[in-house]
Amino acid sequence: MQLSRDELLGAYRRMATIRQFEERLHDEIKTGEIAGFTHLYAGQEAVAVGVCDHLTVEDMIVSTHRGHGHCIAKGCDVPGMMQEIFGKAGGLCKGRGGSMHIADLSVGMLGANGIVGGGAPQAVGAALAAKLDGKGRVAIAFSGDGACNQGTTFEAMNMAVVTKAPAIFVFENNHYSEHTGDAYAVGTSKDIASRAEAFGMRAWRANGCDYFDTYETMRELLDYVRAGNGPAAIELDTERFYGHFEGDPQRYRGKGEVDRLRDERDCLKAFRARVGAAKLLDAAELDAIDAEVAALIDASVTEARAAPAPDPATVAEDVYVDYY
Amino acid sequence: MAIMTIRDAILQTLHAEMERDPNIMLLGEDVVGGNGTAGGPEAIGGIWGTSGGLYAKFGPDRVIDTPISESAIVGAAAGAALAGKRPVAELMFADFVGVSLDQIWNQIAKFRYMFGGKTKCPAVIRLIYGAGMNTAAQHSQSVYAMLTAMPGLKVVLPATPADAKGLLTEALRGDDPVMFFEHKAMYGVKGEVPEGDYRQRFGEARMVREGGDVTIVACGRMVNFSEKAADKLAADGIGCDLIDLRTTSPLDEEAILDSVEATGRLVVVDESPPRCSLAADICALVATKGFTSLKAPPELVTGPHSPIPFARELERAWVPSPQKIEAAVRRVLAR
Repeated sequence: MQLSRDELLGAYRRMATIRQFEERLHDEIKTGEIAGFTHLYAGQEAVAVGVCDHLTVEDMIVSTHRGHGHCIAKGCDVPGMMQEIFGKAGGLCKGRGGSMHIADLSVGMLGANGIVGGGAPQAVGAALAAKLDGKGRVAIAFSGDGACNQGTTFEAMNMAVVTKAPAIFVFENNHYSEHTGDAYAVGTSKDIASRAEAFGMRAWRANGCDYFDTYETMRELLDYVRAGNGPAAIELDTERFYGHFEGDPQRYRGKGEVDRLRDERDCLKAFRARVGAAKLLDAAELDAIDAEVAALIDASVTEARAAPAPDPATVAEDVYVDYY
Repeated sequence: MAIMTIRDAILQTLHAEMERDPNIMLLGEDVVGGNGTAGGPEAIGGIWGTSGGLYAKFGPDRVIDTPISESAIVGAAAGAALAGKRPVAELMFADFVGVSLDQIWNQIAKFRYMFGGKTKCPAVIRLIYGAGMNTAAQHSQSVYAMLTAMPGLKVVLPATPADAKGLLTEALRGDDPVMFFEHKAMYGVKGEVPEGDYRQRFGEARMVREGGDVTIVACGRMVNFSEKAADKLAADGIGCDLIDLRTTSPLDEEAILDSVEATGRLVVVDESPPRCSLAADICALVATKGFTSLKAPPELVTGPHSPIPFARELERAWVPSPQKIEAAVRRVLAR
């Protein structure tokens, strides 16, 4: 393992932040204070963090409608995200976007997306911009097993190959597109990476419930893309602990499925076990991080709850830079 | 001032602006035209002749031939714009908006608003539109009304070579997404074009002529047709105010309302089907904000509520013509 203690602590902090952010939202949504749709990412933390830990703010990502984890991993402000989800004026997008449309271009987060499959072509455009600049930046499209069936994703893969864009297609297979299983909806026998290969790019596969496997595989992939070899793809086998949206009763899940996944495929538990067994970090250090993160999330919720709502008079502002 | 066609005005503007701003990149199907074939790159230089020579000058990172993938073309323009570039994407036929509509109206049009005003998306989508070349129902439409209805987009329709230069320059230097409509039957239209740096602000209609008896509002190719009608009417002593909107979003409401206040009569010419059209929108504007100026009900000159047909005789029957505009003016004056 090549990671330093600080890097390990940082990775755990980011994964724990996503987990606690999501667990807390799951509770807060029951109070009725959060409007609209919220799609939780809990269970998939190793993917967002394992991918984004390699990136700088100059690198760009486009996200999905399950975007909180990608936002946090890429460095979006957590209290600002919480305010956004509570629909407050001080939110990261001034309450205009909500959970599905969080973006912060200053950290290279080009936006979550309410349209499944909407992001992949945008990542190709961002990658073409990066190629024109010639500074070795990359653009990453996070897509789920649902988005991998959209034509936009196919078009984007082909165009990325044709133009040798430094675009990376991260296929995050959590095995459910909305309420439908990948065994049914993904025609290539549950395998997404082979589609990328069919478009003429190299594809990797990794365990998306294992931070270390994700991180190390991404290192290899990024070395390849940053060397100017054009686009690449990775399929990550991961799990979603909550429903498609909050309030989804998940009748399509097998009996005891989520409990079993939380026992056997929890990336945070796996991380703890790995660093403990290797005597890299001790449990007390990780517990301390959990406590710090809990305080941050708690403060974020308290602040968001008390924050002012947007002024209705501003409803039509920010449509254009200028309009005359 | 140089005399040139709309085609040359667009090509020269793209060339000059790409030279001025290294962030401008061009992408679309066959904008180079020949990549991967025996003839080699730039064998075509763009099927409309509006990008010839740009590849040789600016290279493959700035002039990008794409596969036939309209969603990816417009989506890539969206992503490049978010990444700090000024992409110009060409949709070879505006009808292909249908293939790429999500990227236009759910993505490009909404980024700034959804992200709380903290970003901009300066993408220019060039859409080649219009009837008159027997290109039938899927290659002839004027979809500017539909895009005008989408908040977040600016919609531009030059009717002269000078405006082609001035409006395209403005589009390339502005910070909002622009839908730039070029009529496929107008590329050969010639006119004077100002030399050097020339910008035409959006939202400023052009008063093509003042006649005082009736107001004709038009855009794109319908401006040229309306001029022909106005010439005929002038011979009979009927004076037309002719307003070329130049941009339908933003819309120069003041120019329309001021003219209708003076003439009391309105004819709107729109190369679209009638329902929920630009003509209907302008009629609603005058009905709500200028009703007391009206001396007669307005006339709307549009195609019928049908797709655009192929056969010459049918297409001629579909498209608003100078004769139909002239007849509408005479009707509105007779009331």
